[in-house]
Amino acid sequence: MNEHNVRNFNINFGPQHPAAHGVLRLVLELDGEIVERVDPHIGLLHRGTEKLIETKTYLQAVPYFDRLDYVAPMNQEHAFALAVEKLTGTEVPIRGQLIRVLYSEIGRILSHLLNVTTQAMDVGALTPPLWGFEEREKLMVFYERACGARMHSAYIRPGGVHQDLPHELVEDIGKWIDPFLKTVDDIDALLTGNRIFKQRNVDIGVVKLEDCWAWGFSGVMVRGSGAAWDLRRSQPYECYSDLDFDIPIGKNGDCYDRYVIRMIEMRESAKIMRQCVDRLLGDAKVGPVSSIDGKMVPPKRGQMKRSMEALIHHFKLYTEGYHVPAGEVYAAVEAPKGEFGVYLVADGTNKPYRCKIRAPGYAHLQAMDFICRGHQLADVSAILGSLDIVFGEVDR
Amino acid sequence: MSEALRELSSHIGEVAGGLVSSADIAYGELTLKTDGARVVELLTFLRDDVQCGFVNLIDICGVDWPARAERFDVVYHLLSPRQNLRIRVKVATGEDVPVPSACSVYPGADWFEREAYDMYGILFTGHPDLRRILTDYGFEGHPLRKDFPTTGFVEVRYDDEVKRVVYEPVELKQEFRNFDFLSPWEGTDYVLPGDEKAKTN
Repeated sequence: MNEHNVRNFNINFGPQHPAAHGVLRLVLELDGEIVERVDPHIGLLHRGTEKLIETKTYLQAVPYFDRLDYVAPMNQEHAFALAVEKLTGTEVPIRGQLIRVLYSEIGRILSHLLNVTTQAMDVGALTPPLWGFEEREKLMVFYERACGARMHSAYIRPGGVHQDLPHELVEDIGKWIDPFLKTVDDIDALLTGNRIFKQRNVDIGVVKLEDCWAWGFSGVMVRGSGAAWDLRRSQPYECYSDLDFDIPIGKNGDCYDRYVIRMIEMRESAKIMRQCVDRLLGDAKVGPVSSIDGKMVPPKRGQMKRSMEALIHHFKLYTEGYHVPAGEVYAAVEAPKGEFGVYLVADGTNKPYRCKIRAPGYAHLQAMDFICRGHQLADVSAILGSLDIVFGEVDR
Repeated sequence: MSEALRELSSHIGEVAGGLVSSADIAYGELTLKTDGARVVELLTFLRDDVQCGFVNLIDICGVDWPARAERFDVVYHLLSPRQNLRIRVKVATGEDVPVPSACSVYPGADWFEREAYDMYGILFTGHPDLRRILTDYGFEGHPLRKDFPTTGFVEVRYDDEVKRVVYEPVELKQEFRNFDFLSPWEGTDYVLPGDEKAKTN
């Protein structure tokens, strides 16, 4: 090709592009097929969540967290609940903790299944999403059986979880694990050794570990680049320190390593779920699932019929809500996509003064320019897929 | 955890005491306060010092305190994977007093500062590209300020006659209702006559 017939392009990728995983508008500057600059335009799904939370009581703020990363709703609620509990000094009973961990891991599998399979679709494989979505559907049924909603669960609340799980549900979750591991093996067999999949992912989007830290990455992104860093192990919350699971770590920091880590993490999540199920049917078969002092968690219907104090608590908690002592905390969980944090400033009233939501996808997406530079145009969708972006949490 | 934080706090006080106005530990978290002139130096120290190693930028955000003379706080959250510790750095700033950008220390500060600018109007000097990020193209105002109404000022709809999206002032079918259930009866510190008897036995 001569010098004069090389053309530079500016193209708009999205907001309607199927590989944009939502409403992302990428303005790409291309030199032939080589990407020279990426300018992501975000905010098309901005709903002002943080502003809305400031006008709601602490309990009313919970459902907003489902609508952030809507692929794994309960993990977000968990971070908010931890922040409120840190400020109020609330202890969650062990059965509540196990249910939280169980459902956080279900959320992790939900998210990783979606990401792994749709990333494969972005690079040309059509079968994995069909197999993965079948399992996701079963998991959503477990969500529904716990809280009544497939996605917007509002189940993990400050003080514990909303309702106890029926034993049949816990048994069904236990029965689901082994067939699921078989499905993971099937997806593994389709993708991991696949020549086309490897051509599209190996050595694409390589990030060095020091760059990962400086760009604010977390979760699979830093583990893919070789950091042994997982908040469930390094800064354990709930009962993660009692559970037995491994943290997979990548070597090369490319899209393929991140894919492999997600596959292993799904198996590790299944392992955690197995332990939770065993304990929920064993030593923690009965017991409270949320804080029992009555000042934070509303009483059950049955108690209200018999106890005047419970009735008063119910009335006060559903109108005024509870007061949270003044102060500021930052609480984070290892969400499927990385470190999901809530910075909560309380002024001693029944509403948060400021609730900053630290979404992992926000930090990952801003590095698109840094990662994509010098790659081919076709690699942009592979990289975007492996960053695991969901616009609910990026735009907030 | 808080033992390690106390050690870290005294280490920072010894080596870089001139960069910090105050350091306190609450709820198991260490908060350093500093001012705009020293913040970049402090962040660089926290990143490069061997005993700190805060290489990971977690978050930068604004907080609005309209009653204060310097109404905004810029809050930096950092994480040290090596020490397994978190730290918070706070800088107070006014509406038209810019804060030096942290982009030279952490490249990841870029979007977080854009967001703080978009939401609060906090200005950052030395930022490569301080544009709005989350709000609409051509948006006016800074929505997370406490004096910005939750309902906003404009709404959009598709106009079939002009065949495009039009912006109009917000018209609410029902007035925005902000239920204030805050009880005036709690938190009193006076003792009603006779109440002291409840404590005696």
